[in-house]
Amino acid sequence: MTDMTAPFDGRRWHDMGGDIAGPIPDASHDFALWEKRVDALMIICSSKGHFTVDGLRRVLEDMPPSSFEEMSYYERWIASITQNLIEDGVFTTSELGQRITDVKQRGTTYGEAADA
Amino acid sequence: MPHDHHEHLSPSGHPFRADNDGPLTYWQAMEIAVRELLIEKGVTTAAEIMRQIDTMDARTPSNGAKVVARVWTDPEFRAAMQTDASQATREMGYDIGPMKLIAVENTDALHNVVVCTLCSCYPRNLLGLPPDWYKSRAYRSRTVREPRRVLTEFGVNLPEDVEVRVHDSTADMRYIVIPARPAGTDGWNVDALAALVTRDSMIGTGLPKAAECD
Repeated sequence: MTDMTAPFDGRRWHDMGGDIAGPIPDASHDFALWEKRVDALMIICSSKGHFTVDGLRRVLEDMPPSSFEEMSYYERWIASITQNLIEDGVFTTSELGQRITDVKQRGTTYGEAADA
Repeated sequence: MPHDHHEHLSPSGHPFRADNDGPLTYWQAMEIAVRELLIEKGVTTAAEIMRQIDTMDARTPSNGAKVVARVWTDPEFRAAMQTDASQATREMGYDIGPMKLIAVENTDALHNVVVCTLCSCYPRNLLGLPPDWYKSRAYRSRTVREPRRVLTEFGVNLPEDVEVRVHDSTADMRYIVIPARPAGTDGWNVDALAALVTRDSMIGTGLPKAAECD
């Protein structure tokens, strides 16, 4: 973990090459449908010029170091994609908030909520 | 460590996992909401999203394995890969996009390994999506600090006189390792050779399978 009390050494938290760390984790997983959809949205939205991979990375790197421990890879991606799309004017925060409320009312599992 | 493919794993080399029946998370709700808004705003369509997922699912390490086997058997292709791997793989029919691809070849005296210390950049067009460990803090941090120890954790124990070269990828420039051709494969055709090429051998955290002698 990054020591937030230490003076800034010129590297942000994502710039972790060379740090001391534990064993390489053995666990892996097959990607869930929602994760594949996040990946697809990134490719599609960037190919259509709504934002770039640099925009994706900017938001990821602006997240606090704790996000790396507390959020999964594609959780960080959907957060960044959403931020970039709002900045691009594709939808507003109020449209997004209303839709998330609607989605949650559809059911308690991803499968139920994804069926509009 | 069981980092490579096994028969009981999915085509992407990971255990199967249920994806639709867990409790809805905040971020999943956000994905659903964003996807629906993008469709309603005319940015994309449900069909386009499905096609993109299919395209990504079709990218597996077997694509990279075919490239490696051709490098082993086709001197002209090998030279083309050394000159411009993006163009050479594009001409083989792989959609490599605008990124710069660099092929680094292992020899008896040199072992290459690929990492992305900053994030998760990976030759996804040839190998599919990166495995979880590739994106882990441990792999990103340590591979440039103590590569031999990292390789040992993957079961790759190199003689001290073999140079280890670590390549740090970026979003625009990615690497694929061309492992050394296994001994005892003289005269093998490209399909038989490609079957020896594992995903990890193209990242540098593994070696190709050995030729089996009956």
